[in-house]
Amino acid sequence: MTLHMPPILVYALRRLAQAIPVVILIMIGTFLLLKLAPGDTVDALVGDMGGADAAFIARLRAEYGLDQPIWVQLWRYMVKLASFDFGWSFVYEQPVSTVLMERLGTTLMLMAASLSIAFTAGIALGAIAARRAYSATDNLISVLGLVFYATPSFFLSLMLMLVFSVKLGWLPVGGIKTIAAFYTGWDHVWDVIRHLIMPTAALSLIYLAFYLRLMRASVMEVADLDYVRTARAKGAKEGRLMIHHIMRNALLPVITLLGLQFSTVLGGSIVVETIFTLPGLGQLAYQSVVQRDMNTLMGIIFLCAIIVVVVNFLTDLLYARLDSRIELA
Amino acid sequence: MTKTPPPVLELCNLEISLPKGADRPYALEGLDLIIEPGEIVCLVGESGSGKSLCAGAIMGLLPEPHVRVTGGAIRFLGEELRGKTDAEMRNLRGADISMIFQEPMTALNPQKTVGWQIDEVLRLHTKLGKADRKARAIEMLERVHITDPASAYNAYPHQISGGQRQRVMIAMSLVLSPKLIIADEPTTALDVTTQLQILKLIRELQEEEGAGVLFITHDFGVVAEIADKVAVLCRGELVESGTTDQVLNHPQHPYTRALIGAVPALTPPPLKIASDAPVVLKGTGLKKTFAARGGMFAGKRKAVTAVKDLSFELRQGETLGVVGESGSGKTTVSRIVTRLLECDQGSVELDGSDLLAATPKELRALRQHIQMVFQDPMASLNPRKRVVDLIAQGPIVHGTDPAQAREEAKKLLELVELSPAAANRFPHEFSGGQRQRIGIARALALEPKVIVADEPVSALDVSVQAQVLKLLADLRDRLNLSLLFVTHDLRVAAQLCDRVIVMQKGEIVETGLTAEVFANPQHPYTQNLLSSIPGRDWTPPSLHVDVA
Repeated sequence: MTLHMPPILVYALRRLAQAIPVVILIMIGTFLLLKLAPGDTVDALVGDMGGADAAFIARLRAEYGLDQPIWVQLWRYMVKLASFDFGWSFVYEQPVSTVLMERLGTTLMLMAASLSIAFTAGIALGAIAARRAYSATDNLISVLGLVFYATPSFFLSLMLMLVFSVKLGWLPVGGIKTIAAFYTGWDHVWDVIRHLIMPTAALSLIYLAFYLRLMRASVMEVADLDYVRTARAKGAKEGRLMIHHIMRNALLPVITLLGLQFSTVLGGSIVVETIFTLPGLGQLAYQSVVQRDMNTLMGIIFLCAIIVVVVNFLTDLLYARLDSRIELA
Repeated sequence: MTKTPPPVLELCNLEISLPKGADRPYALEGLDLIIEPGEIVCLVGESGSGKSLCAGAIMGLLPEPHVRVTGGAIRFLGEELRGKTDAEMRNLRGADISMIFQEPMTALNPQKTVGWQIDEVLRLHTKLGKADRKARAIEMLERVHITDPASAYNAYPHQISGGQRQRVMIAMSLVLSPKLIIADEPTTALDVTTQLQILKLIRELQEEEGAGVLFITHDFGVVAEIADKVAVLCRGELVESGTTDQVLNHPQHPYTRALIGAVPALTPPPLKIASDAPVVLKGTGLKKTFAARGGMFAGKRKAVTAVKDLSFELRQGETLGVVGESGSGKTTVSRIVTRLLECDQGSVELDGSDLLAATPKELRALRQHIQMVFQDPMASLNPRKRVVDLIAQGPIVHGTDPAQAREEAKKLLELVELSPAAANRFPHEFSGGQRQRIGIARALALEPKVIVADEPVSALDVSVQAQVLKLLADLRDRLNLSLLFVTHDLRVAAQLCDRVIVMQKGEIVETGLTAEVFANPQHPYTQNLLSSIPGRDWTPPSLHVDVA
């Protein structure tokens, strides 16, 4: 059936097929979990109105289908999801998909910035530490890593804010852009970057420490392997050894971790976005829980599940591309 | 001296120091060695003798500063190598002095193609263009007799066989026609038939190039096969050197005599088992296939047949050897008959009861009667348990009183010729040979009828190997044990086994009395195996030395 497709494509399609049941299971699980929690959208709405009579509440419930058995609600929900219809947000008075799309960009920007900084700086520092193992440089890097690793991101966020916004006044304290400044073009880009510096730092440092430690261990392990000795016996210089023989192999476990940790970074962005009042998915999730905005919450979870699955899929593809030993067929 | 060309390599009084806390202050002390052009000099020694560090010193690749050259001279074509800068050494390495390593599995970078890795040598040492380099690499792959060099050029190391990888390694080392080739156990990890081919290849290329070869090995069979001259190292000291004939057939130093005396001769033992002894272990129609890995939606999985339709009988007091090359299914057989691996078809009768049909409870009881000795004595003993507990664990599981089991464990230690004082120590405090004795004591603790030994002496040095084999034979005779002995080493099989099964690709190609099979092999595969044994024409002189 798959005779004429290139192996990488077959592999990709197979991995995608495996991802679909995962997403469906996540959605069913989350739906049921949220239903178990006391209170629903109508409770929250009525609470905002300052109370209402039982007949009105029953009418609202009937209107939103909340009076149906839970299996019927689940079925209706899944059918709507299949066409990417997340329903209506009663808090924002907008379709959930509109609310989500407004917020998605900020979160993706934050995550992309944090992960790329954590990854590149982590592997670079890790490799340097490993090549100078047990020297003063290594000790400095390792201790720094340990400090980053041990600092909770909420604490780091508050300290950064205190120093760079409150004391020094160099960076804005929160938000994604300066309101009422109406910057355009490069001014706007620079404005957004300035707003992202501290959240990115707060989110990335702990992951930087992860990658640093793993990369250091991995490089030290690979540097002792036979094929590195072979390359040395061929007369290769240290720099060449590092790039072609050591790094190339030492990166593989770090990339695996990158894919696995993506979901925790997404989780971490909830805290950071809330502290820096960044209008992203994390902050939205927090508000939706507080306001019992179930449709929005389910939408966020669905979107996050998709993002995580897609990223894991991409990591697998990257890994298959990088590790010649993985058989695609 | 001034008129003849200088030797390729001259080591004078070479001294390599070890870090403090090592078992001796010097890895090598006062080593003198000369290699003339066109000569293969074998450096022989057991593990820890310092032979690999000697290679490292010549290449300038010692793990400095912990281990370094502290005295003597290393002259390459008359030129002193000590004191050369890193850059000067880099220019020599790979071009004028090259090295062939032991493990073809790990000595090549798994993420680069074969072609890239050969190309790297040319890129580092020549100014050739891309197309010239590629032509040169492919020509070299042809010279090491790789079929279809063009596709091997684009293959990754894991896509070719172990023998092919070693050919690639050789191609890589010889592509610039080095004057000195250092081969560090280049055939140790290979099957015997492949080993012979590689040895022939090294000989052939070396004769064409006229290079000098320093060949490091622990195997006297290999020495007999390839060497012009031999130097024997013992704990960092040169104890004997001379021509191959002198050293192999008329060794002078007691250490050399002991080593050569420990090499198993290829003459099988006289037959002593009456063939009407009761059958204790019987396999009938055994079959095992392994499914290749694959996840959900992976489509059809490829199956690999490890053992197909295999039957055998093991009689009481007998040793049955299972010999074959890697991938022949011999280890799978040992796992099936101990039911460490479930097989697909067939039956195994242990002393009259069917082992494969046994319920888990019955199986536990049956396990008493069949025990295993494993290959790697390092990995097969739990490092966190004391020796006495390792040995007593089996009997305790089977209901013996713990105190009594420990008492008996101490007696077993005596039986395997270890001091009972060893009982309270941990496995890492013992040498490889001693650990294998512990492994044997552990197997004996349950008083089994059958012992299945999977390559029990492959990881051991030749002198230790001889001792362990002698112990196994003694115990077998004293306790009337039956041994199923899996090995790739035909010399070992010849020494210990009454009968042998020769396996190829999961099937028995030949079976019979060891003496008969070795003297008059019927199947072409057996003939090929026997004619590939390194040094098969050399019979170790009987030196009447006590190797223990």
